[in-house]
Amino acid sequence: MASRTRAESEHAKPPLSVRRVRPSDLAQIIALDERITGLAKPAYWHDVFRRYGGRRVEGRFFLVAAPPGRAPNPPILGFIAGEVRAWEFGSAPCGWVFALSVEPDARLHGVGEALLEAISSEFKRAGVSRMRTMVGRDNRLHLLFFRGEGMVAGPYIQLEKDLE
Amino acid sequence: MRLQIASRLAIFALLELAASPGRQVSVAEIGEKYGVSSHHLAKVMNALGRAGLVRAVRGAGGGYHFSGNARRITLLDVISLFENLESGNVEVGATGQATDEARATGQATDEARALGGVLAEIDDAVRATLGSITIATLLRIVERGRGGRTSAAPADQRREDPPPE
Repeated sequence: MASRTRAESEHAKPPLSVRRVRPSDLAQIIALDERITGLAKPAYWHDVFRRYGGRRVEGRFFLVAAPPGRAPNPPILGFIAGEVRAWEFGSAPCGWVFALSVEPDARLHGVGEALLEAISSEFKRAGVSRMRTMVGRDNRLHLLFFRGEGMVAGPYIQLEKDLE
Repeated sequence: MRLQIASRLAIFALLELAASPGRQVSVAEIGEKYGVSSHHLAKVMNALGRAGLVRAVRGAGGGYHFSGNARRITLLDVISLFENLESGNVEVGATGQATDEARATGQATDEARALGGVLAEIDDAVRATLGSITIATLLRIVERGRGGRTSAAPADQRREDPPPE
């Protein structure tokens, strides 16, 4: 019975709204990313906001999940960013997710799923039918999530080398 | 890659049990579906029981039920109970030097190390893949496969997306 209660708790989905990022969200996004990665990257996130969230740019999406309502500065539960990329080594246009973070206390409540569904809808509206991402092999959290959402290994192989 | 039979049977058994967590399933029932002897399967179930993934129910109508968390247990967790997935690079002894056997079989050469680097790349990809797929995810893949095979059903009756967890 205890495990069922835990399972029910994991499945419980609190009210949630997914919307485009606002300038007032940026400080929370920077703080959330720093808590999760252990690395503060304010300049990076300001740049991402400018290019993906500052104004509505076709094929670029920067979304946040927050409790519903119009509170002046609601807590951010998570965010996702991506864009439509085309013709990289022959790859037909597809949606690329390059950032996804969920507040640790809000995990297992459907926040990540809601964010992924929202950006999937944006990608479909932008005219693409496939979505990709790139995750480190040791990034168990994101790998388990994306696999659980039905993503599988694609036909491209990521390569790299140290620059001498 | 090929998995050992025990690993495959363990995954099949966990899928059967996790698909209906409240139900007890006998070894004979699982064995019949996958065409394996109860004797072979019993050894696998014992190992899964020792790992805490299944629980045996004794007596009439007994069998096994799933006692793990399907959203947490990965294929790598299960397979690692039965086999070592490393492809085997240069064998190194306690002193950090290549062992005599490794030298005798050419494994201590630069060429063997280069080949070992390539094989390690493959090992890493295999482990990352198996470590990212849970029993729950594999059950969803099974369901999607069933959906694809019954595509004669009207499109509006087909489930495109996995059920919400």
